[in-house]
Amino acid sequence: MRLDTADRKGPRRMLGLIVMAVAASACGGGPESSAPATPAPTVSPVNAETAGNIAGRITFEGTPPKPGVVRMDADPNCVQQGATSPDESVLVGDGGAIQNVFVYVKDGLGNLRFPVPSAPVVLDQKGCHYVPHVLGVQAGQSVEIVNSDPTLHNVHALAKANQEFNQGQPLPGMKFTRQFSTREVMVPFKCDVHSWMNAWVGVLDHPYFAVTAADGSFSLKGLPPGTYTIEAWHETLGTQTQSVTIGEKESKDIVFTFKA
Amino acid sequence: MLLHLFALLVAASTALLIFAGGLVTSTGSGLSVPDWPTTYGWFMLTFPLEKMVGGIFYEHSHRLIASGVGALIVVLAIWLWTSEPRAWVRRLGYVALGAVVTQGILGGITVLWFLPDAVSIAHAGLAQLVFCLTVSIALVTSPGWQRAYADREGPRRRNLDKTLADDSRLRAIATVTTAAIYVQIIVGATMRHTGAGLAIPDFPWAFGRLIPPVWTGPIAIHFAHRVGAVIVTTLVLATIGHVLYHHRSRGELRRPSLLLAALVAIQVTLGALTVLSGKHYIINSLHVVTGALVLGTSLVLTLRAYRARLVGPGEQTICTGAAA
Repeated sequence: MRLDTADRKGPRRMLGLIVMAVAASACGGGPESSAPATPAPTVSPVNAETAGNIAGRITFEGTPPKPGVVRMDADPNCVQQGATSPDESVLVGDGGAIQNVFVYVKDGLGNLRFPVPSAPVVLDQKGCHYVPHVLGVQAGQSVEIVNSDPTLHNVHALAKANQEFNQGQPLPGMKFTRQFSTREVMVPFKCDVHSWMNAWVGVLDHPYFAVTAADGSFSLKGLPPGTYTIEAWHETLGTQTQSVTIGEKESKDIVFTFKA
Repeated sequence: MLLHLFALLVAASTALLIFAGGLVTSTGSGLSVPDWPTTYGWFMLTFPLEKMVGGIFYEHSHRLIASGVGALIVVLAIWLWTSEPRAWVRRLGYVALGAVVTQGILGGITVLWFLPDAVSIAHAGLAQLVFCLTVSIALVTSPGWQRAYADREGPRRRNLDKTLADDSRLRAIATVTTAAIYVQIIVGATMRHTGAGLAIPDFPWAFGRLIPPVWTGPIAIHFAHRVGAVIVTTLVLATIGHVLYHHRSRGELRRPSLLLAALVAIQVTLGALTVLSGKHYIINSLHVVTGALVLGTSLVLTLRAYRARLVGPGEQTICTGAAA
């Protein structure tokens, strides 16, 4: 048996190719593509001398929902790491700070195109959870998906604008990389083996995104002067937007407040 | 007789497979094994048992049972091919074999294509046809069928046979009932695979009313399944009433009729409990397999209603060579 299902060849791969070819012809789609139509620039179009910043905090107003727990007893290997774990769908900390909010520039960058980082972002499976729970990546940038657990997972990305995929990682230490070709906020990830495991990946065509930390803070650095629509996305609380204008070398603080 | 018992085993195994398939959908485990026909790269039968955790337990168990049922149907088809003198029964075996192979491929495709609704619904619908084929084979290889249920001789029996052979109304209503049950199962599969199982969250009312006050696609599908249940129940009651009124003395019709009544009562209860329990996976899966049992029982009743017409009054058997 070949250990890495991503690299397996032989009859199964042949069948997979046939199936994909049929699917592509039936759906009018093409094979999974990971690169933009034209190469991304290698140099940022933003003048660092005039760039500004937007920072801020996401808070919760009112009584935050009681933190839930998820039972992991469907897999003894997960139980070894704790019978239960916190439900990550809403994490509200001190002062109402909300963690795991994806904040990004939704609009205002015009036709600017940005270099794609060569370093991958890492999505780990650890303690039968995705780590981090929410992350951002640029279109064309690699996402390295790692299995650090002593059990098997399937990595199922339910993309809509991008290519959906579902790939198994049956052994600890396995990893594979994927790329998303186009903007999509958000791509849900799930593990169908462990129903509580999910993550969210925001795919953008620029580098101006952040995920709030435990204190609810975020920072979008190096923005060219201009007026932007900033969106804050949360998996259960929804989205909010604000319009923010920054001048040359200007830094602005904004606050998003979600309510119950 | 041995062939009949084996065919019964195949039919029972197919019902078990449908229950296992119900568990896969009910637990949302359909994509917990991302590859097919392998399982995480292993040949299916060598996949380590200790790795059957979480959703893999349901999905891989379904695949293993399906492999077993497939093998049983291969044996059944070969057995019929080599020992069954009736050509049309042999053909039933070939059709069952083709259907179960197609069913396996559909199951693989739906995994590789991320559970598209159409393929998943087709997989659910074909499962019922495979079950019907195995039930039919078990029925027509039974001693009772082969002797045309001629348990008694004499003028009274001949009169009974003639009454049944002339009863086109029974054949019509039983056929319509069986077809309606199948359509109802397809609507249920559509509801299930499009995630409309709780689109109407209360029972027996719909949002507190007889008719839903708002309409969306999922609500329409869900409500259609409820209306279908009323139609099927009415047809089943009409069929049972006809049998008990006109053919009460014929055990081969009375028994499946009473069983059908019990199964429909259980099925309606399970349907209600599925909604009220928020789609508990065991209840939901029992609802799926009981639907198959309702269909199979109605099919048996229908085929037996046709049997007297096939044999003709007074004739004991049309297939003496097959009688064991």
